[in-house]
Formats: sequence, structure tokens, C-alpha cells
Amino acid sequence: MSAPSRAELSDRGRAERRLGLVLSAPAVAVMLLVTAYPLANALYLSLFRYRLTAPDDRRFVWFSNYATALGDPLFWQDVLTTLVITAVTVAVEVVIGFAFALVMHRAVFARRTVRTAILLPYGIVTVISAFAWKYAFDLQSGFVNSWFGAGDFAWFSHRWASLLVIVLSEIWKTTPFVSLLLLAGLAQVPGDLGEAATVDGATAWQRLWRVTIPNMRAAILVAVLFRTLDAWRIFDNVFVMTSGQGKTETLSFLTYRQTITRTAIGLGDAVGVLLFLSVVLIAAVFIRGFRVDLSQVRGDR
Amino acid sequence: MVERSRTGPGRRAVRGSVATALLASGLAACGGGGGAPTLHWYVNPDNGGQDRLARACSAASGGRYRIETALLPADASQQREQLVRRLAAKDSGLDLMSLDPVFVAEAANAGFLRPFTPAEAAGFTQGVFPAAVRSSTWKGRLYAAPFWAGTQVLWYRRSVARKAGVDPAAPGFTWDKMIDAAERTGTTVGEQGNKYEGYMVWINALVESAGGHVLTGGEDGAKARITIDGPAGRRAAGVIRRLARSRAASPTLATDIEEQARSLLNGPRGGFLLNWGYVWQAETGDAKAGTIAGSVVDDLGWAPYPQVTEGVKAKPPFGGIELAVGAYGRHKAEAVDAARCVTTADNMKRYMLDSGNPAARAAVYDDPEVVKRFPMAGLLRDSIDAAAPRPVTPYYGDVSGAIQSRWHPPASVDPATTPRRSASFISQVLRDKALL
Repeated sequence: MSAPSRAELSDRGRAERRLGLVLSAPAVAVMLLVTAYPLANALYLSLFRYRLTAPDDRRFVWFSNYATALGDPLFWQDVLTTLVITAVTVAVEVVIGFAFALVMHRAVFARRTVRTAILLPYGIVTVISAFAWKYAFDLQSGFVNSWFGAGDFAWFSHRWASLLVIVLSEIWKTTPFVSLLLLAGLAQVPGDLGEAATVDGATAWQRLWRVTIPNMRAAILVAVLFRTLDAWRIFDNVFVMTSGQGKTETLSFLTYRQTITRTAIGLGDAVGVLLFLSVVLIAAVFIRGFRVDLSQVRGDR
Repeated sequence: MVERSRTGPGRRAVRGSVATALLASGLAACGGGGGAPTLHWYVNPDNGGQDRLARACSAASGGRYRIETALLPADASQQREQLVRRLAAKDSGLDLMSLDPVFVAEAANAGFLRPFTPAEAAGFTQGVFPAAVRSSTWKGRLYAAPFWAGTQVLWYRRSVARKAGVDPAAPGFTWDKMIDAAERTGTTVGEQGNKYEGYMVWINALVESAGGHVLTGGEDGAKARITIDGPAGRRAAGVIRRLARSRAASPTLATDIEEQARSLLNGPRGGFLLNWGYVWQAETGDAKAGTIAGSVVDDLGWAPYPQVTEGVKAKPPFGGIELAVGAYGRHKAEAVDAARCVTTADNMKRYMLDSGNPAARAAVYDDPEVVKRFPMAGLLRDSIDAAAPRPVTPYYGDVSGAIQSRWHPPASVDPATTPRRSASFISQVLRDKALL
């Protein structure tokens, strides 16, 4: 497959491209309105020392809010927490999600039931699922401690125990999303490739690693990218389960607390912009570094 | 109804009722162009007493206004969050609000509250406890009407005090004597040591009782002078360290809030408890419901807040609720009238008998009905009269949060380092040099 260079575009190709731009223009305009304006505003406000409740104290301070945030151990502790949550959830979800995708792909009977059952958690509002998990692990109302003989272990009194519960709930909730993306990838792997490999005497394991996975690399990378960006911005579970106590605060929760709770608009927006930049960085690394081609998921090839 | 073929009768019924409900609330919000305006009063959760007062005052207004209450979240900091959010958006439907005294300065400084004129203020402050007036005043103007006033007293088991040979009600009863007595008798001193506002209440009361302040010049906002790193701050740290590291401390002091501390008093190791006035109503209620033995209530004694320095009267904590008028409401004149009605001595008494929350006007405590229901009414009045408010500053949330973060857990407090570290951390947070 050779990609035609720009000069070789036919008239028809050029017309199609123009049509595409025209058709997407309204969406781009709306996007700019709802994302570019708030972003620019946040950037502007992050250069001030400004409290919502002390309007007279507003002062332009250049990038000192960024220096404060980047020089604060609390910020880096939250980065670490967010990193741990992201790494663990994404890694586990890709493995389980792939297994689920295979089940959904291969299911011969009760196909619809199987798919519905697997996708169900994704249809539940995150806050509600967070409450369900919180109450399940709660000492007074929970069943987890009595079922698994954990005695009166207070899950939410320890940093790593509460992070474990947060991670578990996140995995439970979003694995279906990963498996859905991977199912789309599986559907693109030509069936005859697997058959040819079987004829050549490949085992099921070899077929999985040599045929199926390489052929759905794009789908896997897209799933990992989407989930990483999602997990990096985790908020609801933490808010509901620990409200950031015991060093379980994540980056978006830190932003929330500075901006909404403390009404420190300048400092909070600086943290928010840093969060945004980290998201951009992750996306750039994936798209440039791993050459994720978002169009491949559509099956253009 | 184009969708008729696709929607079943059930769904249509739901949709209809939703529409009716929306319509009804819309009408209620308008208050009916010509009729009495509806005032929206955002209340902190209680036993429904504020709602009953709202109805009584609506009736008493003779059709001038109608008060509807809206419930805020249970947690004080989330109450503040919701109010700040509404006020920052200039919500014109926020006429009256029940404000924690520590947040009056912040809201007033931001221009969120309608200040009372001197003439109005005279009525709101007449015979009102000084701490309540100080908490409601910002830069010389009264921004909130004191509604009820809470304080902490020392609750104790009479039998334990007898066994230890102490009289907690005697002048000169100090924290040291109390901790000694509890250690001697194998009992506990209940306090609030969780990382939350209740812990700040304790710290501030100790600092004030030792003759100091957490900060001075709160009116200068972020430029206030942080004075917690002084002799008083170190004395306070010493008391906390001593209790937290003694056998008299609750095993879960670092996570105890009011209710855990209260149940400690009812348990086999119950001895002493520092807690708000609600304890009396809660204990008698529990005894009536049978969850605690009636003998516990018979054994329950009360005394003034213990002293830090022997012979120097303690300054107990101050709490309660103030009533403020929103700056952006459509019916501010009516809201002031409503605030006036809610905070009359009669209504404060009614609310005190109904909810158990102590009145903000001293005269109520002489009422025979009040004395009958609250045998310690005299002690409550004198304690609130002597109480010291927490720092009056628009940055109260930051100050309190910074102190909590450096003074928690209680057992880690060290007079030599904790006050100094917390002082520099507060200044950093106030100057946006540290995240909180």
C-alpha cells in the first residue's frame, strides 16, 4: 500500500477533502467555543493571585502560580497517586478487556446476553458505582470484610488499601469500554489469516500473538490512549470514597479543591492548566511516539 | 404529540407529572406577580426547627412575604461551598442563609451579603453574646444576625470525679488536673481530634484560653499577622500533646468527631468529655430510647471549660449559626424583616426548645421553660458569654485547613516545632506560595 503524495491528489480527491472540511466546520466551531474559550480564560486567570471571595486582592503575578504548584510536594504526591492509578487500571483493563472482547467475538450462543452482561457496568453512572463500592467496603454497611474474612480492617484508613478499592471500582466500571474498542479491532482481523496459520500448524497461543494481536495493534493503542487519558483525569471515585483523605488525592481533585473549595481561582487554574498540558503530552506521546492512527479504527485500510 | 405512537401511557404519565412539577415550582419561584413574595432561606440541616420557624414567620408577616426553606448539605464546608457557588453566580433566588459564624467574614468581604444599617443592627445585637456579634461583624458593619450560639462545656461522670477526688466545677480546674484525674481512675477525656473543623475548634479554644490568638488583624486579609507561634500557641500544643500521649486519650483520638467522643463518655471508660451543648438533649434522648442506661444521665455532670493556666478563666469555643441576607436577592427589605422575625428572643427560645440549639440572646436563658428543659442553662449562658470566636478573616478556610494539616495527628504535636511550622505554612498558603 503506497500513500499518494499531496501532488498526486486527483481532482476528485481534492473535492472530497474540501467537502470534508466544510462538513466538519460547524463541529470545529462549536468545539472552539466550548473548549478554547474556557481554556484561554483559565490560562489568563492562572497568571493572577486571585480569590473569588477577595476580589480586591487580585494581583498579576506572571507564572508564580505555576512555580508554586510545581515546587509543592503535594502536587508531586498527587502526580504519583494519579500515575499509579492510571498505570494499574490501564494495564489490568487491557488484559481483562481483551479476554472479554474474545468472549464477545467468539460467543456462539446467547451472543446478545453475553455482550449486554459484559457492557452493563459501563452503563452505570460513575458516582453511583463509586457509592456502591464504597458501601461494599465500608466497615458498618459493607459485606466485603465478612465475606473475605478481613475482620475490622478499615479499607479507607490506609493509603494503598483505599487506592486499591478505587482502582478496583475503576477497573470494574471501564473495562467494558476497553473490550468494546478491542472487539472492533478483533472484527477487523481477516479470518483467513488465522485459518492460514492453522494450516501451517500454529497453536492457538501462537495465532493470538503472531496473527491476531499484530493485526489489531491500532485498535489496542487507541484503547490504551483513550483509557489513559480517562484514567489520568479520575475524579468521581476519589471524591465519593475518600474525598482525597489519606494521600489518595488525584490531580483533578487537587484542581477541584483549589478552585472550588478554596476559591483560589489563580492557583487552581494553574494546576488545571498543568493537568491539561499533561493530557496533551500523553496524547502527543501516543500519537507521535506510537504512531496511533485514529483513522485506522474506522477500518479505512 | 408527534411521539404518541412511540411513547407508552406509563411514560407519558411520568412526563406529565414532571411537567406539572416543573410548572408548579416555576410558579412558586415567581411568587405570583401581585401576591406576597417568596423568600428562599437556605438552612443547615436540623430537626426541622428552622422550617417551622419559617412557617411561623410567614404567618406572622400578615401576607408581606412567605419563607420557603431549602436544605444545604450536612457538612459545614460543603454548605459553604454551595453558598459560595450560588453567591458567586449572583443567585437572585438566595434571600436568606444560615451561615456558620466562621464564614461570615469571607462572604461579607466578597460582597455576597447585604450589610445591616446601624438602625437594623441595633435590634439584631441587643442583648446578644459578644462572640456572636464579633463573628457577624466585618470592618465595623454587621453582616449577619446572630441566630443561635453554641459553646462547649466540660461534661463528666460525677462518679468518676468523686472517685478521683476532684471538683471540675471548682474555679481553677485545669486541663492538667483533668488529665491527671482521668489517668488515676483509668477513664478517658473525650475530644475531637479528627482532621476536620472540630479539631480546629479545640486548638483555637486552647490558644485563646492561654491568652493568645491564632492570628490578629484578620481585616487585612492575606496580610494578617499569624501569631500562633507564640507562648499561647506553645501552651496549647503542650496540652494537646499531653492528652494525646496519655492513657486518658481515646484510642481513636486522631479520627474522633463529636459523636465518637460522646459515646466514649457512655462507655465503661467514660470520664470526661469536651463537647457542644447538644450533648444534653442527645444523652436524655438516648436514655429515653433505651440505647444507653438511664443511670448515665443521672451521673452526668457539667462544668465550665477547663483552664489552661490555673486561675485564668478559659475561653471556650464559639459556634452556632448566623442569619445573613443575600446581596443579590430580589426582596431584600422583606428578607431583613424575616431575619428580624426569626431572631426575636421569643423565636430563639422556641427554636432552643425545639432543636436544642442555644439562643444567641442572653435573656432567653432566664426563661423558666428553658431552665426546666436545660438544667445547665446558666452555665451555657456564662460559657457563651466568655467564649472566643475563631479568627475572623476572609481566609478562614485556608487558616483552619493549614493548621489542621500541621497539627494532625494530635499525638504528633510538639510545642517546640508544631506552632512554628504551622505559622509559616499559614503565611505561605495565604500568599499562594503553597497548595493546601
